[in-house]
Amino acid sequence: MNGMGILKGLGVTLKHFFQTYVDDIKYGGRKYIGNENFETRQGLKAQGAYTVQYPEEKLAMPERFRFVPFLVVEEPDHPDRAGHDWCTSCGICAKVCPPQCIWIVRSEDPVTKRPVPEPEAFFIDIDICMNCGYCAEFCPFDAIKMDHDYEMADYDRTGVGLHIHDKPRLSKPFSYYYDIAPTTAAEEAAGRGGWEHPDVIKEKKKSGQPVMDKPWHMLRAEDPEARAAAAAAAQAAAASASASAGPKVDMAAERAKRRQEALARHRAWKQ
Amino acid sequence: MTDMLAPVAPTELETGSALEYLKNKFPDAVKDDTRQGFGGVVIDRSKLVDVARAVRDELGYDYLSSATAVDYHGISDHMEMVYHAFRTSGGPALVMKAQTPRENAEVPSLVGVWPGADFQEREAYDLYGIQFPGHPNQKRILLWDGFDGHPMRKDWKEAYYEEDHKPFESRWPKGYVRRAEELNIFGKNVRYPADLDLSRLTDTSEQSIYSGMGLGVDVQELTAEPGQMRTDRLVVNLGPHHPSTHGVFRMVVTLDGETVETLEPVMGYLHRNHEKIGERNAWLMNIPFTDRLDYISSMGNNMGYVMAVEQLLAKGARYTPPTYRAEVIRVLMVELTRIVNHLWAIGFLLNDLGAFFTPALYAIAEREKILDFFEATAGSRLMCNYMRFQGVYKDLPERMRGTSNTLNDKIRDFNTMDYLAELINERLPRSIDELDHFLTDSEIIKTRCEGVGILPPEMGVAYSATGPLLRASGVPYDIRRMDPYSIYPELDFDICTRPNGDVYDRYLIRLDEMRESIRILKQCLPRLEATQGEDIFAGNKAIYAPRVPVGEAYGRVDNPKGELGFYVVSEGDPKGPQNPWRYHVRAPSFINLTALGQMCKGHKVADIVVILGSIDIVLGETDR
Amino acid sequence: MSQLDLRELHSPEFPVPTDMQGNVAITSLSKIYNWSRRSSMWPLLFGLACCAIEMIATAASRYDLSRFGMEVMRASPRQSDLMIVSGTVTKKMVVPIVRIYNQMPEPKYVMAMGACASGGGPFKEGYNVVSGIDQYIPVDVYIPGCPPTPQALLYGLISLQKKIDGQSLANMDDVPWYGVGPSDPVPVPVLGPDIIDPRQAELIRQQAVLAAQGKPFGVRELSGAALGVRAAVPVVEAKPALEAATASTEAAAELDPEKAARLAKREAALARKRAAQGGEKSE
Ligand code: SF4
Ligand code: SF4
Ligand code: SF4
Repeated sequence: MNGMGILKGLGVTLKHFFQTYVDDIKYGGRKYIGNENFETRQGLKAQGAYTVQYPEEKLAMPERFRFVPFLVVEEPDHPDRAGHDWCTSCGICAKVCPPQCIWIVRSEDPVTKRPVPEPEAFFIDIDICMNCGYCAEFCPFDAIKMDHDYEMADYDRTGVGLHIHDKPRLSKPFSYYYDIAPTTAAEEAAGRGGWEHPDVIKEKKKSGQPVMDKPWHMLRAEDPEARAAAAAAAQAAAASASASAGPKVDMAAERAKRRQEALARHRAWKQ
Repeated sequence: MTDMLAPVAPTELETGSALEYLKNKFPDAVKDDTRQGFGGVVIDRSKLVDVARAVRDELGYDYLSSATAVDYHGISDHMEMVYHAFRTSGGPALVMKAQTPRENAEVPSLVGVWPGADFQEREAYDLYGIQFPGHPNQKRILLWDGFDGHPMRKDWKEAYYEEDHKPFESRWPKGYVRRAEELNIFGKNVRYPADLDLSRLTDTSEQSIYSGMGLGVDVQELTAEPGQMRTDRLVVNLGPHHPSTHGVFRMVVTLDGETVETLEPVMGYLHRNHEKIGERNAWLMNIPFTDRLDYISSMGNNMGYVMAVEQLLAKGARYTPPTYRAEVIRVLMVELTRIVNHLWAIGFLLNDLGAFFTPALYAIAEREKILDFFEATAGSRLMCNYMRFQGVYKDLPERMRGTSNTLNDKIRDFNTMDYLAELINERLPRSIDELDHFLTDSEIIKTRCEGVGILPPEMGVAYSATGPLLRASGVPYDIRRMDPYSIYPELDFDICTRPNGDVYDRYLIRLDEMRESIRILKQCLPRLEATQGEDIFAGNKAIYAPRVPVGEAYGRVDNPKGELGFYVVSEGDPKGPQNPWRYHVRAPSFINLTALGQMCKGHKVADIVVILGSIDIVLGETDR
Repeated sequence: MSQLDLRELHSPEFPVPTDMQGNVAITSLSKIYNWSRRSSMWPLLFGLACCAIEMIATAASRYDLSRFGMEVMRASPRQSDLMIVSGTVTKKMVVPIVRIYNQMPEPKYVMAMGACASGGGPFKEGYNVVSGIDQYIPVDVYIPGCPPTPQALLYGLISLQKKIDGQSLANMDDVPWYGVGPSDPVPVPVLGPDIIDPRQAELIRQQAVLAAQGKPFGVRELSGAALGVRAAVPVVEAKPALEAATASTEAAAELDPEKAARLAKREAALARKRAAQGGEKSE
């Protein structure tokens, strides 16, 4: 009969309309409360419309989610390499990056002019980055990772450090990476043979020291006092070692200076 | 000769014997392509049309898949048109090439033999500057008239040109950052020819579009028959900003009253220079770029490109094909993508019909469920970048779990295999049935769609239409069966066809194909279980610049929109920079549009939008 | 009441006469104005590329733009307040985009969605791609990402709402359409041998004159040596005809006085605004 098809179709619409309310009643007003309800609502069993009430509730991103990249650095209170970059400035990420939006300035030892395995400056132009994840995939040191923070809208893009992310902006501690991707981090740690930087693991294995079986921030959380003491001792030892080595260039300060210079150059260039 | 003993009709000859047949018939004009890694025949361009006609009529290669140009500047200083012809009854390609010097490049047009060459030759003219004598409408297609030069030529350099090959040296180890526009005095991505004529800075790019439309014709002459109402023709511009053109597509239509007389597609509004960039990129870098071709079905694009390059890699010594599990995962992803795409296509076809947004909303809601899975597995909803040469990026995660990062984050945590099983066995079949129930019988849809935009099967083949568009006309041509790849031969599914070739059948066939996809997906699930824990990658995954042997390859897959082909050529020093010499995308959306003008003729204005919607194009792929 | 300065009404602390207390609520007029502006922002139904797919997904039921009063996507620029430039802007497309922008009534906002619209994106190096829509029309909010997820887009919309909330009716620089009048249309680019921005006609002419004297065309004098960056721009051989170069291109050289007055006013407003911003920063 003419018109039956339309009525059938309208029936589907009506069903959709009611489903949402039936769902509301089923939850008895608890629809928006608690994680479990959220999971059901956003899963395959969802009925009717299942809107994410965005600013009030947000879909947590899965581990592999890629937005723009960031650089992993050690915790600021790490016993051996506090605040040290994981990046060795090997340049592989800059080579695989499809739109070529990574710029790396490799550090040089100011005395010998030999390359030092850490970047002096590191830039990513996120107006070009296509969030492909190659840099993270091919970095042999697990030093660059894809971030989950997508809330980055800006009113301006050309200022320094706004849409060209520089090293301070890119650097995030390892514990942050562990938070956003625990499983992946564990897989990678298994691949490296420990939770530290591959170079550190290599050195420690050579000298017979034990490698950390957990990331530093977890060790620290488990046993805060002992760890703090260990960290202090390690720092003291390092300090005395550097003191006994005589007048050596303070690498950290030198590094900071050079980074500032690079930035200043960049700024000057922009003007 | 075995032919003597058991005579085989020429239309059933194997590709090799078919080439022999050609060489015997045209001893002077047809020669083997003897370059290392290349195949097919090189045809003297003066005889091209005759040979092509023989290939079509005598050998039965009725379907021209791809026609594209290659510039061998610096290698042998000629340009080449490469044609890949297939039989709709199945089987591999017959590859033909016609060479021309770079100066005054000229190759006879094959539009008379395969009308499907129309847009492809226009593209070659636009980007390479090859003239096609005999082409009925040879003008620029992607760029505008008056554009300076032919950009795909190897010696043409764009404004932001840095180096011939990536990676660029300025990035490391002394990578002082700068924006490209800071180096250009105009602060923009522009370059003007040195002899820029400043006295005429007017926009003439629209003129040729309207020329030949019969504007300004004497009204009296239009309808000569006495007693009839005399009408003027009306030219209407649809697009590029038009809600129903599926992006920035434009059609210039001449109307007689409400009826379409001619329709001329105008494209290039999303011409992103995919191929030029692709030839600068290294091989691996192109995978994420292919995501952005048909951005609704990125997994399928990955698959096509990866398969083309794997063909090249297979010419080398140390190559292991992708593992079985990798192939299963690929098929899983590709078929899910097909569902995503068809849901989208149906939703937006209904939009075009005037059922604004409700059907599309339902379709998008189901699509989100699949995207959640893509996001957890590949890392992105749209731009999956999931496949790699010889494998895939990563195995399926054990659990699809979010990690809380920003304030108010809510976590979901599903077991991946359970999620997939429920998605494939329950959720998707149910929603496809619902869509069917919702729309198929609706009288409005039937009235609007039945008998509209008919594409007869012969015309479909001649115009190189592919995919659902062709199958809805009753031609059972599905590359998954006709030129099988991956694990499709061992899977049980049917090629869907519909007899009428109108818009309604194109709608129905998408439902059919989704159901077949579900069938395939159901067969994938036990295979996934069985191969749990096996390798997903053959070879060394850390290699980011694979050595690709010299040669050419044409990889094609049955993408949701039609046949997606990648013609890739690798040339030169295997120790040198590793990037494609030629990277051509045979985009289904682009070539399916060739028949649009014919299909719309005689219909009403409102039907144009529907016919366009039923072809299901996506502009990223049309304009590349 | 005749001596009441209307601007005082913008202050929520405005003293309410005792006999009217309980009957009137004082809120800042700007607040109402901003609230109504930001809660009914109608976007232009306008998709360019891949990002448009995410924009549509945002408008669909899962993320649901209508919670922000933005579900009314209008296909006509005359009815819309917000242009979401969602995708790669090509040279061929920028011409219609500028036209559409000029047709939108004020107040109008532009949002650059995704890497492409913000700064060129992965296709930036391509010969037909514009390095960011802000080279042609002013942009209010940039959303990075390729593509920005629907949630990122929503965040961008909320940022735009915040921006509107920060504006004040009392400050004519925030609402110039009430003060100095409607803004002038953005000159529509011309598709010549390459895209020509009419605002740059003079610069192009100068370059051509220089080129006629044998200097390279279109190349910035690089202080690049200091940076160790090679001058990578293709140097075009210089051989144009001087006559062509010197031919005048400025058809619109003469401004009519009314327009000039408006321009002057606008300049003054801008200067005031900049001064105010500078002051804020130095604080
Ligand atoms: S690949 Fe990794 S270690 Fe090498 S430069 Fe990039 S981030 Fe640093
Ligand atoms: S995500 Fe891709 S585009 Fe972005 S910086 Fe990494 S490699 Fe480059
Ligand atoms: S930013 Fe990325 S997703 Fe958006 S239009 Fe550009 S390439 Fe496409």
